[in-house]
Amino acid sequence: MTLDRVKRGQYFKINHIPNEAVRAQAIRFGITEGEWLTCEEVVPAGPIVIRKNRQQIALGRQLAKEIDISLS
Amino acid sequence: MSHCHGCSIKIDIPEGARRIVLVGNPNAGKSVFFNYLTGVYVDVSNYPGTTLEISHGRYQGDVIIDTPGVYGISSFNDEERVARDVILSADVVINVVNAVYLERDLFLTQQVIDTGVPVIVALNMVDEAARQGIKIDAALLSQLLGVPVIPTVAVKKQGLEEVKQNIWQARQGHSDPALQKDLDELVNRVGSRGEALLILEGDDAVAARHGLAPMNRREEIYLQRRQRVNQLVHHVVKEISKSAAFGNALSRMMMKPLTGIPILLLALYAMYQIIGVFVAGTVVGLTEETIMIGKYEPAVRSFVGRFISEGSTLGTILIGEFGLLTMTFTYVLGLLMPLVVGFYFFLSLFEDSGYLPRLATLVDRVLTGIGLNGRAVIPLILGLGCVTMATITTRLLGSERERRIAIFLLGLAIPCSAQLGVIAGMLAAVGPEFVALYTLVILAILVVVGTLMNSLLSGRSSDLLIDLPPLRFPRVDNVLTKTFIKSYQFLKEAFPLFALGALLISIFHVTGILTLLQNALAPLTVGWLGLPKEAATAFIMGVVRRDFGAAGLADMTLTPIQTVVALITITLFVPCIASILVIFKERTKKEAALMWLSTWVIAFLIGGVIAQLSNLLGVSSPAQVFTVAVSVLGLAVLVVIAVRLFKKQGVHRNPSSKGAA
Repeated sequence: MTLDRVKRGQYFKINHIPNEAVRAQAIRFGITEGEWLTCEEVVPAGPIVIRKNRQQIALGRQLAKEIDISLS
Repeated sequence: MSHCHGCSIKIDIPEGARRIVLVGNPNAGKSVFFNYLTGVYVDVSNYPGTTLEISHGRYQGDVIIDTPGVYGISSFNDEERVARDVILSADVVINVVNAVYLERDLFLTQQVIDTGVPVIVALNMVDEAARQGIKIDAALLSQLLGVPVIPTVAVKKQGLEEVKQNIWQARQGHSDPALQKDLDELVNRVGSRGEALLILEGDDAVAARHGLAPMNRREEIYLQRRQRVNQLVHHVVKEISKSAAFGNALSRMMMKPLTGIPILLLALYAMYQIIGVFVAGTVVGLTEETIMIGKYEPAVRSFVGRFISEGSTLGTILIGEFGLLTMTFTYVLGLLMPLVVGFYFFLSLFEDSGYLPRLATLVDRVLTGIGLNGRAVIPLILGLGCVTMATITTRLLGSERERRIAIFLLGLAIPCSAQLGVIAGMLAAVGPEFVALYTLVILAILVVVGTLMNSLLSGRSSDLLIDLPPLRFPRVDNVLTKTFIKSYQFLKEAFPLFALGALLISIFHVTGILTLLQNALAPLTVGWLGLPKEAATAFIMGVVRRDFGAAGLADMTLTPIQTVVALITITLFVPCIASILVIFKERTKKEAALMWLSTWVIAFLIGGVIAQLSNLLGVSSPAQVFTVAVSVLGLAVLVVIAVRLFKKQGVHRNPSSKGAA
């Protein structure tokens, strides 16, 4: 499934980030493909907030739709 | 700059001076280091090919150069390109690292180390980290990185002196052995290890400088570097406790609409009370009325008047109604400066506390509808202070497309604080139904024009991708430093533009072009807008300063609906002359001219439509005003739907290009 369908509190694995620039930026933020993350918050119809340790990132809904994840 | 090819920043480097470059993630605290090392004498130069400015200053015969806050160096955006070029030409790098965010910040540290430049790390905000239960073994970190690491608390001046003393202890750090081997091979061909690294990481621009094809190994190198950094962090960090429960709860509340909107309203209300009431009223009353108009202007007039008659052409230009020495100074120092400081104070407060990225997350949904993303909330809020200042701030947006949309919306539909003051005063005199009508029309224009631009402009806006630093109580010294730096930089940049604007208007005035325009506009004002003939003067004055225009209207006797029509027109009408000049500076001439003309057309078109609608439907009772409002809303919805349909049909013809914010 894609990241926009995740629910708050769910634990999930990032499978693939198709956009190259986004993928590189995510690595800098500490988030890589294959990593397990938590969904911190879902703003209704808006961005998804994901968390790894202390690092939290907000991604726009459109971007989240392109990111492939799987749940535990 | 003999050793720096390709990077062409115009900084005078004295013979034999070394280049000390400050590098760090956004909000790591670089500016405090910069100020501490350079003192007062700081130069700002525009970086070629970008709108970014680089500060640099002298330090004991050497030069300290600041870089924009970045998470890594490559060619993703202007900030990174500038940081990249400055780092590649550095003799030594002082890397400011946020101790709270070691895992994120050390990625940049490791990348800079991989370029082979000598590095010294200032491990900043260790007190903040300690408060959050993070303990970092600085000695071990230094050993693992291979460069000196000095714990600091920059805002409290702790460790700054030690960093200063140890600048020349900076060392080349350790890189991954495999990467090191690849670099060594490439260095023989390109001569510089830093450039070799960027070519390996697939940086087109650097590769092109050497006539090479970029090697596409970024992913592999990034992942490897990420792994290395994670291990480093694992070794040096001891987390004792995790007590961020309250911060986390508040953080969520700020981002969820149900709680986030009331929090935003509360924040805006506080801004209104402090900036709108206190600064715009009390402070500006003192600075503009009492000091500038009361004391400064008569003094300047009498002084200059001794040499040049005020009635002469030169006299009019220097000390007349729009004089260079009178209006420019009064406007910039008396009116603008207190407001700009007020707005930057709140912006710094929001930034330092970590509220800003959460606000961006909250409003992202709304802004994507008009082709922007959540980050655009910053220029839009600043626009309520000064549109000129906000236009400059649009540089932080992720794409040209977004800048175009944001700048046009700012020029068109965001009234600046000077204008808001007069508008609020005039609206207070008409009934609440008219206030609602005015607000509705302006908001509708914002949404409709944004939607139109989003649909019609080619390309795609960037998506929101921001990190959310932990919430914290803002630090007074930090906030004040930021407020000062930003206000100073803005005023320095804007002052010449205001002066140029005043000059242009004085010339129009002296040559009679101003009167000509006023007469030319009269038929439009009376026939189409249903306003008295004198209103044309107010509009033309609006070209100079938006509040002049509004103030001109305030002196006329108008019916409530005339007031609303006039205010709508003047709000949408061209931005003030300084804003226009900034738009010309930031965009191409053709685009700026098009924007400027469009605001004329839209202002008169909408003003006229409202005037004609109210004529048709009547406005003698609140119910009738309500009908007018509903018709406006209906028109707006129709336009948006029509554009959406049009866009859907044309969507296959527009291949999308996109980047990350």
